[in-house]
Amino acid sequence: MSDIVSGIFQAVNLIVTLDPEVMQIAFLSVYISLSATIIAALISIPLGGLIHFHNFRGKRGLIILIQTLYSVPTVVVGLLLYLLLSRSGPLGFFGLLFTPEGMILGQTILIIPITTGLTISALSGVDKSISDTLLSLGATTFQGVLQIVKEARYAILSAIVLAFGRAISEVGVAMMIGGNILNQTRVLTTAIALQTGIGDFPFSIALGIILLGIALIVVVVLNLITAGLSFQTEAALGGPRT
Amino acid sequence: MIRTRGLCFEAGGRKILDSIDLEIRQGEIFTLIGPSGSGKTTLIRLMDLLETPTAGSLFFNGADTATSSAGRLAIRRRMALVFQKPAVLNTTVANNVAFGLKFRGMKGEEIDKRVNAALDLVGLAGFGGRRAVTLSGGEMQRVALARAMVTEPEVLLLDEPTANLDPVNSELIEDLILRINKKFRTTIIVATHDMIQGQRLATRIGVIMNGKMVQVGTLHEIFYMPRGQDIARFVGIDTTLKGIVQENDRGLATISVGQALFEVVTPARPGQDVELFIRPEEVVISPDAAGVPAKSSIRNHFDGTIRKMVPFGPFIRVTIDCGFTITSLITTRSCEELGLSIGTRVRVSVKASAIHVVPATG
Repeated sequence: MSDIVSGIFQAVNLIVTLDPEVMQIAFLSVYISLSATIIAALISIPLGGLIHFHNFRGKRGLIILIQTLYSVPTVVVGLLLYLLLSRSGPLGFFGLLFTPEGMILGQTILIIPITTGLTISALSGVDKSISDTLLSLGATTFQGVLQIVKEARYAILSAIVLAFGRAISEVGVAMMIGGNILNQTRVLTTAIALQTGIGDFPFSIALGIILLGIALIVVVVLNLITAGLSFQTEAALGGPRT
Repeated sequence: MIRTRGLCFEAGGRKILDSIDLEIRQGEIFTLIGPSGSGKTTLIRLMDLLETPTAGSLFFNGADTATSSAGRLAIRRRMALVFQKPAVLNTTVANNVAFGLKFRGMKGEEIDKRVNAALDLVGLAGFGGRRAVTLSGGEMQRVALARAMVTEPEVLLLDEPTANLDPVNSELIEDLILRINKKFRTTIIVATHDMIQGQRLATRIGVIMNGKMVQVGTLHEIFYMPRGQDIARFVGIDTTLKGIVQENDRGLATISVGQALFEVVTPARPGQDVELFIRPEEVVISPDAAGVPAKSSIRNHFDGTIRKMVPFGPFIRVTIDCGFTITSLITTRSCEELGLSIGTRVRVSVKASAIHVVPATG
């Protein structure tokens, strides 16, 4: 119990004094996971659209496969990528093992099924009558698809928030691909695992609190962006009229 | 404006539209009436080029619509469609109305100007900044109408535009449709299962049943001279009787229906098997044996017993057994004044000119 209490005190101390080591670890965590989330979103939204708007054989099977991959263990992705990226592996010449870029790649692979699958769900949630309406209004196929993606924006955004959550909270890829190297690839989760292992509970608790704090900030920012999106449309029309 | 030739549409092995030949004229309001599931919606969707016919052709202004997808888009952009259930996108009313213009590459002030004019047209001026999903059903349908009209279409297609609305909002939409037709000379095609609406709006009516266009004509033709019993029943003719023409004296025929004899204005020849259609509002009920006023022009009188009374809005639909069965529509008030109830003996009268005769089928 005293560990927890003193941990919290020390956590507050580390945060308030902007401890350089803690800040560096936190910054790297955000950098890696946010990059992975952005890359995954940029790939998944068009990919999800492509799958949703086309009918082909095995579409159902593909969607089931994608949904199964939601729960792929982080260590399995870490292992596979380790084998590919290690110096003797087929992609070893990129030199990505034990680098932040390698971790970004790993986390991107980890969360792409989530962002793709949930983008497909989000698009399916848009009523068929919307696409009929858009076509009847003279939309080209591309204009129609773009508008339907916009219509699903809130659901897609929450998919992205969820994916970011999975990325920043995972240990498997970060540990196996990153290697928990101080000042280079050490992120919040791997640091917590290490510090707990050597008995430095206060430091671990501090990092845990920071991790949750970052999650809070990201969610708030994304919500502000969403609110801003709808506000902008109103502002463009001379403000909300009631 | 729009012409179809042998237009067919099949889905899931079922023939939804069967060889439709139709010509829609420029500037008219054409209503497609028919029971639910008869193929009205499919025909409207084919006309808007949202679906492709499985056989037959569809011409827009003389041009065949079986062309490239770019060509079809160009034709589709000269039309607009309002659906039965208005689908609005989750943004402002103004943005919803602007979609058609944005898709056509229009920008900025021109859009604002046109959107405001369109909202004004449908009586929603000042609603531009509201979120469309918060509107009522009637308001949404008016937004859908504004959204359709903002692109100044040559043809406006409406699929059951008032089916989900209350009577007040329905009337509002109907008035708008009439106003649009008058003001912009827009060719308008309305699908509806509501006879009264068809009657209020149409220049011409097409009756569609089981995927077939069974009759096309003016209001009067459809309502008083339906071609066949199915159409007759659909347009509100409750009484259809089978008879044989006994004689015809210069257009006034005597037709026997069982034991009863009708005098009817028709060119039908003696010996011909015919069907008699009688609209319920043309059937007059009076107390039994009240005698007939000497000067009455009514030629057909029968005595019978009331078998059934069904309330129908402010009216009562009374079914009378006179050896044959005939239905009359009378106001609730006159029903009370006459003291009618089931079992009452009454006299039924029908004018010779109020009966429509068609050759018997089958």
